[in-house]
Amino acid sequence: MPPTPNYGKGLRGLSLATVVTLSVAFALVFFYAPLDADQGFVQKIFYLHVPLAIVALCGFVLGGVFAIGHLRTGERIWDMRSYVAIHMSLIFAVGALITGSIWAKASWGHWWVWNEPTLVSFLIVFLLFATYQPLRFSIDDPERQGRYASVFAIVAAAFVPLNFIAVRLAQGFVHPRVLTLGGGNLPGPMRLTFLISLAGIALLFATLWKYEMTAKHTRMQLRALRRRVLGEDTVRPLGRSAAPS
Amino acid sequence: MRTAVAVLRKDLLVELRTFETVPAMALFALTTFVIFHFGLGRATLSGQLAAGVLTVSVLFSGMLGINRLFVTEREQGGFDAFLLAPVDRTSLLLAKAAALFTFLVVLELIAVPAFGLLLLGPSLGPALPGLALVLLLADLGIAVIGTLVSAIAVHTRARDLIGPVVGLPLLIPALIAMARGTAAPLAANGAASVPLKWLEVLALYDVVFALLAYAVFDFLLED
Repeated sequence: MPPTPNYGKGLRGLSLATVVTLSVAFALVFFYAPLDADQGFVQKIFYLHVPLAIVALCGFVLGGVFAIGHLRTGERIWDMRSYVAIHMSLIFAVGALITGSIWAKASWGHWWVWNEPTLVSFLIVFLLFATYQPLRFSIDDPERQGRYASVFAIVAAAFVPLNFIAVRLAQGFVHPRVLTLGGGNLPGPMRLTFLISLAGIALLFATLWKYEMTAKHTRMQLRALRRRVLGEDTVRPLGRSAAPS
Repeated sequence: MRTAVAVLRKDLLVELRTFETVPAMALFALTTFVIFHFGLGRATLSGQLAAGVLTVSVLFSGMLGINRLFVTEREQGGFDAFLLAPVDRTSLLLAKAAALFTFLVVLELIAVPAFGLLLLGPSLGPALPGLALVLLLADLGIAVIGTLVSAIAVHTRARDLIGPVVGLPLLIPALIAMARGTAAPLAANGAASVPLKWLEVLALYDVVFALLAYAVFDFLLED
């Protein structure tokens, strides 16, 4: 077994940083950021929805980047990194879709609107990455599973920008862009709150990613140790799984 | 390149001898038109609606071809033979994508006139140049992604499921461009030219995924 980094290292510091940043972010959201003139209180979901969406998208692309590492080196640890990144991003993406839907209902009166290209693109990307786990699950051989999943992750990551272009062009009229990636034309206090929320959610992603990596890695080591101590027969083989192990 | 031509020749020959895939695709497309006639409750279609029906029919018929693409290789040991041969593995991608492209073109040679006859309101003639341009570009994209997805799906347990489930979302940008691009030539008040932006999106899609497929295809064959 190749020496693998210890994922538990630095986990406590990272967790603390996440808790502090997220607490500060929520405090700013509720007590510092001004109420939106048109939408009032409900606009504050923006500080949760947009960071979730941005972090989920970055996580998907990150999964693709890790997958390149897997195909280049052939080491399973990269596959595990890629898997955990996509797995976490899927959860974040569900959060982004739900908060987006609530926001749409509150400000436009419908649970879903087709003329917001970012939302539609996001849904398509989510639908694509949602097939990652079924794909993994239907391949038995673990080595092949990792390889094929990496190929899928790379193709799907390249798909993200193309999809955004196509959906944006499909809108007949130009939708006013209130929110750009850097918080473009937000007034100062809103922008600061948004950036800290974004940092908080990004840290949350990093922490959860590290936790899952640590858990998987520890389980792997434990199995290896038990096999060595108790003999090969006593440790049952893992069942069919979509996760690398 | 010679390998690719040889494999392509084999695939086309098999199809000519068995008539297994393309006739099924064409029949499927025709049936889809009938279903759309009843489902939409319209005798004739034009514009965006016609473009959508044509896109969906071509896509779903294409899915049949995508599902079948590697099945014989797997069942009859074609993969093993190919891996044993001292040839460049990418040529299999090239050959299969070319075969799928040919199937799609033949399918459209049947399905588009049938669509003009059965469902299309405005006459087909003036629409043909624009339609052909969009369809050819879209076929390229479908062929590349179809080959990639088919190569992944054929080694999974639920291959008939995984192919469409993974392939459909991946094809969405191409389908948006195809559905929007064909709307102009099929418009009710005379065929207009295809907006340039859709041709650009299709071309970009084709190039990006062709390069990507070229880069990753090797990893699907290793064993």
